Parts: sequence; structure tokens; C-alpha cells
Amino acid sequence: MRKNTIIFLFGMSLFFAACNNGGTQTANSTTSAATEQAATPAASDTKSYDPKRGEGKFDETNVQLGALDAAMAGKGKAIAEAKCFSCHKTSDERLVGPGWKGVTERRTAPWLMNFITNPDAMIDKDPEVQAQLEICLVRMPNQNLAETEAREILEFMRQNDGAK
Amino acid sequence: MKLNKVSIGLIAVAALWISSCKPKNAAQAVSGDAAQKVYVAPGQLDEFYSFVSGGFSGQVSVYGIPSGRLLKVLPVFSVDPETGYGFSEESKPMLNTSHGFVPWGDEHHLSFSQTNGDYDGRWLFANENNTPRVARLDLKTFTTKEIIEIPNSAGNHSSPFITDNSEYVIAGTRFSVPFDDENGDIPISSYAEKFSGALSFISINPESGKMAIDFQLKTPPVNYDLSHTGKGPSSGWFFFSCYNTEKAYTLLEVNASQRDKDFILAVNWKKIAEMVKAGKGRKVKTKYAHNVMDENTHTATSTIKDEVLVLDIADLKDVCYYIPCPKSPHGSDVDPSGEYIVGSGKLASLIPVFSFSKMQKAIEEKKFEGDFDGIPVLNYEAVLHGEVKKPGLGPLHTEFDANGNAYTSMFVSSEVVKWNLKTLQVIDRQPTFYSTGHLTVAGGDAKTPYGKYLVAWNKITKDRYLPTGPELTQSAQLFDITGEKMQLLLDFPTIGEPHYALMIDAKKIKDQQARIYDINKNNHPYVAKGEKEAKITREGNKVHINMTLIRSHLTPDNIEGIKVGDEVYFHLTNLEQDWDLPHGFTIKGSQNAEVLVLPGETKTIKWQPKTAGIVPFYCTDFCSALHQEMSGYVRVSPAGSSTPLQYGTGDSAPKAAK
Repeated sequence: MRKNTIIFLFGMSLFFAACNNGGTQTANSTTSAATEQAATPAASDTKSYDPKRGEGKFDETNVQLGALDAAMAGKGKAIAEAKCFSCHKTSDERLVGPGWKGVTERRTAPWLMNFITNPDAMIDKDPEVQAQLEICLVRMPNQNLAETEAREILEFMRQNDGAK
Repeated sequence: MKLNKVSIGLIAVAALWISSCKPKNAAQAVSGDAAQKVYVAPGQLDEFYSFVSGGFSGQVSVYGIPSGRLLKVLPVFSVDPETGYGFSEESKPMLNTSHGFVPWGDEHHLSFSQTNGDYDGRWLFANENNTPRVARLDLKTFTTKEIIEIPNSAGNHSSPFITDNSEYVIAGTRFSVPFDDENGDIPISSYAEKFSGALSFISINPESGKMAIDFQLKTPPVNYDLSHTGKGPSSGWFFFSCYNTEKAYTLLEVNASQRDKDFILAVNWKKIAEMVKAGKGRKVKTKYAHNVMDENTHTATSTIKDEVLVLDIADLKDVCYYIPCPKSPHGSDVDPSGEYIVGSGKLASLIPVFSFSKMQKAIEEKKFEGDFDGIPVLNYEAVLHGEVKKPGLGPLHTEFDANGNAYTSMFVSSEVVKWNLKTLQVIDRQPTFYSTGHLTVAGGDAKTPYGKYLVAWNKITKDRYLPTGPELTQSAQLFDITGEKMQLLLDFPTIGEPHYALMIDAKKIKDQQARIYDINKNNHPYVAKGEKEAKITREGNKVHINMTLIRSHLTPDNIEGIKVGDEVYFHLTNLEQDWDLPHGFTIKGSQNAEVLVLPGETKTIKWQPKTAGIVPFYCTDFCSALHQEMSGYVRVSPAGSSTPLQYGTGDSAPKAAK
């Protein structure tokens, strides 16, 4: 009798493991990085994930903010018109994704730079982005921005939030 | 008459022996580890790409080898409603010809661009047999970039074989016809006197790949079947198989099979190219289309050219020679060393192997056995390296490995035969199921073959798959050729009718793949780079809608003021810049195909509404969890009505007047 229970439990745990694995792959399957990510288990990476910095090339050493550069923000706005404004408004109103008002206060500069340039990995790992995905249901696309373009968009976000 | 017991016994034994001699099914032919050799586990990638001609489908398919998995079908010569190729306004010019728009083609053979006789992974060339054309596909995007029509030709079969440094792609005519500047309204029985063959040399721009017909050779009227480039010592020469040297024009089945030997025509193209540079040849009036897809406007243009440079080979000295070849040769294949030229005479019971060095010597010593319409015919024995005796029945095509072996497909006896180039001894023969046409060895027509795998492209399929009515898929069979004996590993189905196919190391191609089109470089005249640029303009009854697509909405998605009788052009720009995120577009009642728009691309579909009413449109490619929401409406008003042109999405959508 007891043996049967153990076997049953063991079987259940296998089932859960298999189910969990399947779930991860389904979430990945809409992204371009599906095959690359499937090879590395997402769970172990999540532990080292820094929710303040996000994941990607950027941290405090290579994203420095100074006084607002209006020319740079202007360039950022032009890029955002082509690549971002289909889904984001500059107010706090949600369109497809959340509105941009206040985003530079909610997130650190490296986090924003990482998310703009490396959205897929962060959508999979960042708890707040995952919560956001449950509301929006559309994964933010990787718009293949150059680093300078991402930085210009960040400058526009700062301008939009009233930085001087 | 009665049979005695012994003879009955003998007959029984003989019957058993015959049935055991030739395996009847895969169970007998396949050994235990075959599955392991072709198993490419989920998430793993194949070792080779195989590009496979689509025959009467007009397209090219791409398979992974060794798995035999179909990766993609590339639209080339036939319209493709799945992607909108030939339906979108931008792609229609690709299928323009001197006969107007042609929606279909018969695609037979392929060549990779070559550098020093080896595949360089840049372009793929494909021929069209029926309305003679050659296409160039870019191997970064797997799309058709250019199509050029071949004048003075009919049945572009001996094509698109390439020279060893991609100087020229060749197009040899299957049917001889009067040239375009001659009166063609003549009796068919004047074939021998009034018809001509054409061999076209299409130059390839080394940077852009752009094609241009540099010159054509006008030849006696025969049928050109296949050809291949020389390499190494024979670099600079091209070898064309010719049949119907009988000059028959009716019941060719009988009348073109009279002579014991036809020819392989050896052409010193390098010398001829020099003559052309020096001003030889005459301009001949004709008409042919040259169609080019622009990468930045995503739009094709078609130009009709009106003359071509022609050289008559009867006027050229010391550059063209006929090699007698038994009998009605099909394949004309050159081994990796460039020394041996193998003619596969489809009605011959042997395979002749010619020696390039012997040919040079014979030319030098003038060992001719006569001439054919003024062109010297070399002495058969003088140029022969040797014959493969009793190789099988109906030899068609030969390819090579890197170890001095040749592999020939046998159509009539349904087998592939491996033999040694030096000794000409048959090493192995394996049955195929059934009636193999072309065969492909990985890298088998290059200077450095990969070997490893061979695929037999069979014409008859019969019992190989679950039956599907009278029409069956054509079957391909994969062999492992790493050992002394060839080992059958796998059957896999194909599209259309594969003729020639090529296999290339996946590493040569996979890392250079484009993932998106850069929207910043998009110069389409109706691009909308961002929703801010989405707009509608009316020019008389023509309405241009610059629409954007992104997960998961279309802008504008509410459109009013379209009228019956309008010609509406949806110019669709996919704003995504991420891999594998196309959006599709269609509209109810559209008498057109859908279009599949790739990230950063603009494509246009024309729509002519026939009745007033509300007409929905939507994205056809499941793009996100909100894909079903990716839709919109057009309000169509009667012709002449005054409904104002209004459009928008969300807040900007037109509101009803209060």
C-alpha cells in the first residue's frame, strides 16, 4: 500500500516536471530566441537575475545620465515614431503596451536600456514584466535598435518625464 | 507436352533466385542503423541544405539532409498565393516575359555560384524550360532576385550550369528553332536547313550577381540536353551533350535514335569571350525580358531588351569540337580533377569517359574523323579514357565523390551504380525505387565534393508511401556513401517533379541568413515608417492606403469613403524588426492572393470592390495572442456617392456625425 503511494507520488512529480518543461517552451515559442533559449534552462538563470538592472549589455558603468540633451531626445522621438508609438503612448494611458509617462521614475536607466535592446530574455525572467504580459498579452517585439538609438530613445523618455 | 519434376524444381529455384536477387522492399534493402543516421533530434539542425528543383511546379524546394525534412518552398517561376509572389504589385514584374505575364514555369536544374570550382554560398541559379528563362536567388534571403529571359531559344533545358568562377551561367536550348530575326513562318520540314541551336552565355556581375546576356552561339540544329563546366586543367571549357544529331523534327522517339553516336560539344568559352571583347559577333534583333527585384524598394522592374550579340560557331576557328558519344547522351559531367568528362548515353549500354588531356592532344594532332556542319568531329578512340562496361540500363547522370569514384543513375534498370574513374570497374550497385532520374552527391559537381550522402531523385513512386489517389508524390532516396557499399537510409517525398538538386554544407549558408529587412533602408514609394506616416490618398478612382502592421493592429483599421469602381492599393508595411514575425493581409472577396509581409518590408495588394457594404480585412499569419483582434473594416459606398474619405485607428477612427 505504501509502496504504491510512493510510486504514485514519483509518477506525479515526473508529470509535473514534464508539464513545467512544456510550459516554458510554449512561452518561448513565439520569440525569435526560442531555439537558443530552449537549450539553457530558464529556471537557474532566474536566480541570478537582477530586477533593478535587468539583463543585457547595460549597467551603471555604461549608462550615464547627465543634463538633458534635447538634440538627442529629438532623435529618440523620431526613432520612437517609427518603432515604438504603434504600441506606446507618451501619456500614462495603455495602448498595446503601457504608457511612457513616468517610466524613467519606475525603472532604472540600465534596466530601460536592457529592456529596449534585449526584450525576450527579460520578458522570460523579470517578475514585473511577466505580470505586465498577463495584462497586455503581447510580447514587446525586439525592434533591433542600435545602442545609440536605444540611448536616444531613453533621452526622449527622460524629456517626456520632464528631465532638464 | 509435360514438364518433368527436375525442370519444375529448377524453375522454382530460379524464381526464388530472381526474387532474392533484387530486393522488393525497403525491409530488405535497409539495415539496422539507418534510422540513427537520419535522425536529427528536435532542436538539432541538419548538416546539409539540399536545394531541389521543383519541375512542373516551377519552384525550388529546400530540404535538410540527412533528415529529409522540407524546410521551405521558394517561389521562383510560378505564382505563389501563400506569399503573394506574382500577386503583389511589386512582384508581378518578376514574371513578365516577351510574351507578357506568365504565371507558371517548368524548373529543372540548379547551380550554386562558384569560386575556384567550389560552392561559395552566395547565389543559386535556376532554369525555366518552357518560356526560356534563368533566375538568380539570393542565399541570404532565400528569395528570387532576378529573372532573365533567353531569346532565340525554346526549351531552356541545358541550363543554368555555371563556370568555375561564376563568370557565366549557361543556357543551351533543347529545341532548335529559327532565330528571332529570321522568318519563322516556314515549313517544319525545313528543320535541317533553317533551324538553329542557341547556347547563351549570361555574365554574372561578381559583386551584385546581376545577369546580362554577354553573347549567344548559333549552332547547327540539334537538341542540347545538359552541360557542365570544365575545372582545373579544363577550366575555360564547357561540355554540352547533344542528341538528335539526326536532325529529326517528327517522331523523335524513333527518328532521333538512329545514330549509334551523338555528340558532346566542347566549347572553349574563354577564347570566345576574348573574341567578343575584341568586337567579334553581330547584333541580332530580338525581344527578351530582364526582371530585377530591388532590395530597398522591395519592388521589381521589368525591362524589355531588343538585341543580343550572336556568334555563329561555323565562323569560329579552333574553339568548338564535337566528341562522338554513344547514344543520345543526357548527362555531361566533369569529375573533380577536371580531367574526365563522363557522357551518360541514355540509350547506350556503356558509359564513355573522355580524357581532357587526350582531347587537347587530339586537337593538336588534328585527329578528326570528319565534320558536322563544318565543325570538326574528334576521333572517338583518340579522346576516350575508357568505357564502363555493362553499368546498367539507361544511364542518365553522374556525380562524384572526393575519392575518385563516380555515381551514375540508371533510369531503366532502377539503380545507382558506383564505379571507379581510373579503373572504370563497377564497385557497387544498389536498387532504387523506382526509375531514378538525376542523382546528387553532396558537392558532387564541385571541385571539392563533400561526399558522404547521395540522393536518388526517382520518377516513379508507386508503393513507397500511403497511396493518395492516382497522383503520387515523387520520391527521393537518401544513401550513405561513406563506405565501399552504398547504404539506403531514407525515403522522403518531394514537391512537383525534382530534376537536378544540389547539396551544400549548411555552415556555408546558415550564418549569413538575413533575419529582417532594415526598415530604415526601406525606400518603397508607399512605405509608412511608423503609424504617423500611415495615410490614404485618392487620385481619381485610384486609392493608395499606406498601412502599417505590428502586433497586433493595422493602421488605419477603419476606412470610409471607398467607392464601387475604385482601384484600391493596400501598401502594407510591417513595422516589426524581429526575426520570424511576418504579418499577412487579406480582405473579404478579394480576387487576389493574400500577401505575406516580412519585418521591415512593404508589399502592395490591389483590390477592386464590386458592391457597397462593410468589408472586413485581417492579418492572416497568427502573430500574437491578440492575432484574432488584428483586423479592420472598409466602408464601401456606391459609385458617385459623397461619403468623405476618413480613416483612423482607435481614437483617430472616424466617428458618426451627430
